[in-house]
Amino acid sequence: MTTFWFIVIAFLWTGYFVLEGFDFGVGALLPLLSRSEADRKQVLGTIGPVWDGNEVWLITAIGAMFAAFPAWYSGLLSGFYLAVFLVITGLIVRGVGLEWRGKVHSRREVALCDAGIVTGSVLPAFLWGAIFGNLLFGTALATVLGGALSLSVAVLHGAVFVALKTTGAVRARARRAALLAAVGAVPVAIGTLPSVPGKGPMWTLGTALLAASALAAGVTLVWGRREGWAFTATATSIAATTATVFGVLWSAPLPGLTLAEAASAPYTLTVLTWIGLIALPGVIAYQAWTYWVFRKRLTAQVS
Amino acid sequence: MDALDLARWQFGVTTVYHFLFVPLTIGLGVYVAGLQTAWLRTGKEHYLRLTKFFGKLFLINFAMGVVTGIVQEFQFGMNWSEYSTFVGDVFGAPLALEALLAFFLESTFLGLWIFGWDRLPKRIHLACLWAAVIGSNLSAYFILAANAWMKHPVGYEVVDGKARMTDLWAVLTNSTALAQVPHVVAASFVVAGGFVIAVTGYRILRERGLGLVPGRGNARAVQDATVPMRRLPDMWRTSLRAALVMTAIAGAVVAGSGDLSGQLLREQQPMKLAAAEGLRHDTAGAPFSIAPGVEVPGLLSLLAAHDPGATIQGVDDVQARYEKAFGPADYIPNLPVVFWSFRVMIGFGMATVGLSVLGLWLTRPRRRQGGAAKPVPDWFARLCVLALPLPTAAIVAGWLLSEIGRQPWTVQGELMTAASVSPGVSLGEVAITLAVFTVLYGVLAVAEGVLLVRHVKAGPELPPVEAAPAGAVPAHSDEARLMPTLMY
Repeated sequence: MTTFWFIVIAFLWTGYFVLEGFDFGVGALLPLLSRSEADRKQVLGTIGPVWDGNEVWLITAIGAMFAAFPAWYSGLLSGFYLAVFLVITGLIVRGVGLEWRGKVHSRREVALCDAGIVTGSVLPAFLWGAIFGNLLFGTALATVLGGALSLSVAVLHGAVFVALKTTGAVRARARRAALLAAVGAVPVAIGTLPSVPGKGPMWTLGTALLAASALAAGVTLVWGRREGWAFTATATSIAATTATVFGVLWSAPLPGLTLAEAASAPYTLTVLTWIGLIALPGVIAYQAWTYWVFRKRLTAQVS
Repeated sequence: MDALDLARWQFGVTTVYHFLFVPLTIGLGVYVAGLQTAWLRTGKEHYLRLTKFFGKLFLINFAMGVVTGIVQEFQFGMNWSEYSTFVGDVFGAPLALEALLAFFLESTFLGLWIFGWDRLPKRIHLACLWAAVIGSNLSAYFILAANAWMKHPVGYEVVDGKARMTDLWAVLTNSTALAQVPHVVAASFVVAGGFVIAVTGYRILRERGLGLVPGRGNARAVQDATVPMRRLPDMWRTSLRAALVMTAIAGAVVAGSGDLSGQLLREQQPMKLAAAEGLRHDTAGAPFSIAPGVEVPGLLSLLAAHDPGATIQGVDDVQARYEKAFGPADYIPNLPVVFWSFRVMIGFGMATVGLSVLGLWLTRPRRRQGGAAKPVPDWFARLCVLALPLPTAAIVAGWLLSEIGRQPWTVQGELMTAASVSPGVSLGEVAITLAVFTVLYGVLAVAEGVLLVRHVKAGPELPPVEAAPAGAVPAHSDEARLMPTLMY
């Protein structure tokens, strides 16, 4: 049961990184992909209806950790106090930026919202990688490299998403941005990912390799303008990276803490399992429906 | 001043601030969904205008509720790791359920509603809004069940220094939760109703060319009054009466559930009840002071036990009992804060409900005079503006009473606040986060206030909302219509 809940939490984090990964990338690339206000609306329109739902994956992952592994939850958040604080601050300014952007009037206020969106996308995208890099290796180098990996992959993932969801000049720029981001992301991924499995189980070596090769495949596919498949590849890469990280954390989710020590009692885990098994497929179904409703590519707004 | 004090301040500041926005999300969401339902059923245009007008205000506010809520989900682990480790097995479950069952529903379907105006069939579009507001209300239930457990822990046992859940059903049907959920949710409807009443009152004044203060016209408002809003003369009357009804009904629920809470308090948290009255010793036929020195004999006993002669425990006597049970410590919460917040909560809350009942009477339909309703009097439109600050102050006071009155416990009888704080987090770290959150929240509060006021002043959009028929879009840019409207 403990193992099962560890997998559930890894799954929630995976969903979070895959989904909000492209939200972060889109936010970070906002100024680079746009020449005009119409462009900016087009870029942000790709994530407009979905980003808030994507963020709930994080809230659910954190809530599930609280319920299933209280000591892991509290140890992680109090241990990475200032980093987590900066993540939250980023999410706050990004959230109000996205929500208020269409409701402010002057250019200056729109620019402020955009600043919030960019800062609030770059900061958490870097910090999550930094936090998990530090958690795995505990060194400053791992922290920086982890952050560089998560930020660069998020930017690549977001660029591919924009290329997939738009037409016209923005789509062309997004493709170029994806290729440029790949110049950063691929070397960092190849340099860091193979070292992650180190003390983890054997299969993490496989997922680490999958992560690196999916990333490379994604870049090739963007080059060939196969954006749908490219997005599938970058999403796979992020999922495989997350699986690798959690595979290694399995034996020790925090230094000096085992999963069994951190876990809640069997009763709680059992009850939550039943509710989760009923609810989670529903959540996935209606979120998938959202993507179906907004499946069309966005063109620049006429008016 | 140590990390504990700052962590408490941080929790207080961030939670009270969060709860300035949440009641509006809970209540205004239902109100807007009601307006849209009325539009779908009657096809009357003014319902659609009101839906869009209050929908926009709702969304400006919704953003703040969401982003300040993120802090809450993390804060327990960051600042209160000892608490989290002790209670996670029990307390974490409703939080996880809240995210899984409520937040996903709320955020996903709200996204569909915001961007789905032109893309979803009308009924499904409306159903999305209802799904989102059901999510908001469901989240209130789960978080209040978690909060109630801190005041009256049930369905658990303590093993190896940690609380272990033995019965989730008991946690979710805790008597304290069943009294608290209707109390807080209904109070949220009072706040939201008050918000609509205040906004409507302001719009009525503005469109009559009147200022907020009697005798002073508003030059810009006069200009505003010439716009062809009068084509829809019943619009503000409709929104006002709907909000008055909502506030009055919700007010009755607040009073009823508050009565229930008072009685549970007597059994479960005698210290809080004693502190709320400033009652020093166990007293039969305990009085209630409306203000210090103005006492109504037996009223507290009547309120808390439905018996004017019942004995209410006093602060000093509860202190002595707790010392016997839990060892020597100071078990008395901050008495002046608890005493005054109790009175502000009741007084301001009742004033709001009184205002709504008065408004209902003033705007009553008059069938005898051929159904021609009298216009809302100017003085009442001015009074309406108070319906925003009054219930907001009441609900904040209610939380101060509830949570400061719980001190020094985080979990009544099980865990003290001083033992709940994160041991590894330094004074400096908490100071930084407290300072940044306070400043950031202050800036955002001003921004939200400015945005809301601006949109209220601008009023509903004037051209028919369903402009730009499909034919107006050039045929070749078929996808252009599918661009999500970023107007919201």
